[in-house]
Amino acid sequence: MSPLFLVLGFPLLGSMALAFFGHRPFARTLNMIFSLGTLVAAGALTMEVIARGPVWVWDQEFFIDPLNVFMVTLTAFVGWTTSIFSSPYMRVEIAQGKMTPARLRLYHSMYQLFSFTMLLALMTNNLGILWVAMEAATLTTVLLVSVYRSAASLEAAWKYFILCGVGIAQALFGTVLLYMAAGKLVGSGSDALLWTHLETIKGTLDPHIMGLAFAFLFIGYGTKVGLAPLHNWLPDAHAEGPTPVSAVLSGLLLNVALYAILRCKVLADGALHNHLASQLMMGFGLLSVVMAALFLWRQKDVKRLFAYSSIEHMGLITFAFGMGGPVANFAGLLHMTVHSLIKSAIFFTVGHATQKAGTQLMEGIRGLITVNPTVGWGMLLGALAILGLPPFGVFASEFLILTTAMREQAWATPFLLLALGIAFAAVFARVQPMVFGETSVKTLPHPPALVPVFVHLGLGLLLGLYIPPYLSTWYAQAARLLGN
Amino acid sequence: MNTGLLSQLLEVLLALWLAPLLTGWVNQWRAWLQNKSAPSLLQPYRKLHKLFHKEPVLAEHASPFYRMAPYLVFGAMALACAIIPSLSTDLPLSPAADAIALVGLFALARVFLSLAAMDVGTAFGTLGARRDMLIGFLAEPALLMVLFCASLLSQSTSLTTIVDQFAHRQFAIHPSLALAGVAFILVSLAENARIPVDNPATHLELTMVHEALLLEYSGRHLALLEWAASLKLFAYACAGLALFFPWGVADARSPEVLLLALPVLMGKLAVSGALLALLESVSAKMRIFRVPEFLASAFLLAVMGMLINILLGA
Amino acid sequence: MSTVLTQSINLLAAILLMLAFAMLSQRRVLSLIHLFTLQGATLALSTAIVGVATHQPHLYFSAALTLLLKVILIPLLLHRVIDRLNVRWDVETLINIPTTLLAGIVLVIFSFYLAQPIAQMSLTITRGTLGIALASVLLSFMMMITRSKAVPQVIGFLAMENGLFFAATAATYGMPMVVELGIALDVLVGILILGVFLFHIREQFDSMDIRHLEKLKED
Repeated sequence: MSPLFLVLGFPLLGSMALAFFGHRPFARTLNMIFSLGTLVAAGALTMEVIARGPVWVWDQEFFIDPLNVFMVTLTAFVGWTTSIFSSPYMRVEIAQGKMTPARLRLYHSMYQLFSFTMLLALMTNNLGILWVAMEAATLTTVLLVSVYRSAASLEAAWKYFILCGVGIAQALFGTVLLYMAAGKLVGSGSDALLWTHLETIKGTLDPHIMGLAFAFLFIGYGTKVGLAPLHNWLPDAHAEGPTPVSAVLSGLLLNVALYAILRCKVLADGALHNHLASQLMMGFGLLSVVMAALFLWRQKDVKRLFAYSSIEHMGLITFAFGMGGPVANFAGLLHMTVHSLIKSAIFFTVGHATQKAGTQLMEGIRGLITVNPTVGWGMLLGALAILGLPPFGVFASEFLILTTAMREQAWATPFLLLALGIAFAAVFARVQPMVFGETSVKTLPHPPALVPVFVHLGLGLLLGLYIPPYLSTWYAQAARLLGN
Repeated sequence: MNTGLLSQLLEVLLALWLAPLLTGWVNQWRAWLQNKSAPSLLQPYRKLHKLFHKEPVLAEHASPFYRMAPYLVFGAMALACAIIPSLSTDLPLSPAADAIALVGLFALARVFLSLAAMDVGTAFGTLGARRDMLIGFLAEPALLMVLFCASLLSQSTSLTTIVDQFAHRQFAIHPSLALAGVAFILVSLAENARIPVDNPATHLELTMVHEALLLEYSGRHLALLEWAASLKLFAYACAGLALFFPWGVADARSPEVLLLALPVLMGKLAVSGALLALLESVSAKMRIFRVPEFLASAFLLAVMGMLINILLGA
Repeated sequence: MSTVLTQSINLLAAILLMLAFAMLSQRRVLSLIHLFTLQGATLALSTAIVGVATHQPHLYFSAALTLLLKVILIPLLLHRVIDRLNVRWDVETLINIPTTLLAGIVLVIFSFYLAQPIAQMSLTITRGTLGIALASVLLSFMMMITRSKAVPQVIGFLAMENGLFFAATAATYGMPMVVELGIALDVLVGILILGVFLFHIREQFDSMDIRHLEKLKED
């Protein structure tokens, strides 16, 4: 049996088990164990793909190649570290009376189900199932965001549901069109939605239909990536849900949605023989970078601040993939990885800081470095890393993206540079007082789990200094899969 | 040519004589449906007879235009009835006016009536004229769209050609015609001052539209206008039947069907009159501010019909 | 035979479009649910007819699924929700319906324009209806934008899903079964979650007006 079934089995089983035991004290550990199991299975799967190349499982319904196995591992890894962070975080939430047993059960069960839907979306070969999994991921995160049942969290969840529901409906229309284009060539049936199948015939797909299909798919999944101007749900959902959820939303869900766009882009590029897909991605990517940078200035809530930073980075990654070519694709993949790691690390520290201060407003959070030096340093380093300061991985990927842009899309370079500069100033100006200001808050009843923060930051640093050879061949292979 | 002349003559006479009967028939059904004792079928004739024998009273400041208007309106309606192929498509008058001109004829009558109502300068006349123009300016585009819908299907704006084609083709479901048909019903209700838009049986000051226009007329002038209103209803009924249920209409190739066409037309008119009464009985009169919505729906339906026609080619 | 079938599919498509417009301009919550049920029934019927016309037995199954889900189950749920929330006789104040309808016409023209080239290349008997399906999707989208109450928004969401389902049937004779089942499951779970949400919103804001949901915005 392929480890793939274990990758899907662990979270699915976990969600069922936690639906019953999620309120017990040991549930937090159980959550970690299931996430660890997923990670181990994902590791085994990676080994298999490295050893044997792309694999098909279960009558071609699942397909693993270097592109998605890298995302699967990343998802499983961040899922696991977030579950470690979540354990003491939830203890504090219970102590502060924000979580009741019923909510805790829902939270734990949905956390695992959310992992399941993301992994399913990543590994399925069927573009129809991809849609179903993305919609299911929306549903689970809606429940996660609304778990506090406060007025603001309900509003955020409602907005999230309606906006993403509408967006993802457009993606379904695009999928229908895709199926129509394929059906003309290979007849209807499940085969016509298999990505590997479509990939072999992509040159003969009808360009008219494919153009329209990609436009709809891009708008649909782009809403979930949080691309401007469809990003409205993202800051709200990040700000009002529990912090572990913000970490996985930013670190993982946005990546998975972008992955869906990438798979569709490969098909559209093959069929269209023009640059429609690239231009769409570059245009919306750049718009997101610029808009997010401008909005960063106006934030008062720390989670909203970093949510807008996520929009900015997703825009940058989308722009990179839009440019295409081996270097930009490589840079995009690298940026996806480091952004995932560092942004989730930041949310871990933010979670702790907000619990301590009792508010998410930045003017209420002060002097982290005196209260808890590890959290203070973690947030400072994380912020510097995400802003692209040299030794960290973000610097490497942003450098590659910018130099490629200067060479190939010179018109966009000033916008990118300006936006990155604004973002730097905005975020740094807000993080600095939070870390160094004067404060008088008391320590929390339970110590935070800070190992994940430094593991993530360490990995982010490592990727900036030195990319191991097997990892770089892996990236290169994945980048090649994305075509030019 | 002779049969053509014959059928043309027959049609005009038929319209003139049958139109009040149709009005009487609708009124009778309406009374029945509302559990009232019905007036006689011939009541409209009696009313016309009475009015023609009365002396018209004119307002002091009425201009000659005021006196001319009833004749003009009546003439326009009679001409409209003449060009709608209700009995036969072999009409010598039909080249004189196509579907667009038909809408023009109705518009002409409306404008004259409204001007005449404002001429004497009473409050009700002006109020009625304003309301009537509001309804008209919303209803006419919808009516035009309905006719365009039919024209697109038959590639012609001549009413006789359209009906000729519709009557002699294989049975087929046309979604566009179905939509246009519903739109046509809505427009007819508005144009003929029927219930959801206006109530033909009321003289309630605040709600009336069509009756307000006629308020100052009397004697033969009023008779002509009442008759013209009957003719308008008749013309709309015939146009609807010819466009959407064209079976049984005679043409130049088979003039002998003319004999059959008359009872068929009577039957169809009887059914549609009863249905009109039913429709009026089950719906409530809407506020005048809702009328734009009502007519916008009609316009929408007709435009959708056209668009669907273009998209589906059917 | 098959031309009559094709024509009746076209007719049902036109009815679907009209229902989308009717929902756009309907003020009463209860009537909206009736319209939605009618839309589901039209959808099920058209799916079954496409199945007959193209000899695709799996379409009977999706027609039955549609009937069960969208004509019986979801309307039933909606009726219970509006009863429990006591909004059965709610009337929403919609401003300027004629303008909304005219904007709707523009949307329809736009979607017909998009679908026209595809329809001409397609070989399926239902090719023309793709534009209608797209138009229904966009109209429901517009309905969601123009509504300020929660229940009509949910109904708009469901109507949009109906349009998508019709697109799948019209353009491709239905998606593969496993995908269709997945979509149906998602919709059902989604409506359940939304239903629960409605109660929470009611509890929190003491109103079903989502204009209350405007606290979170950039200042």
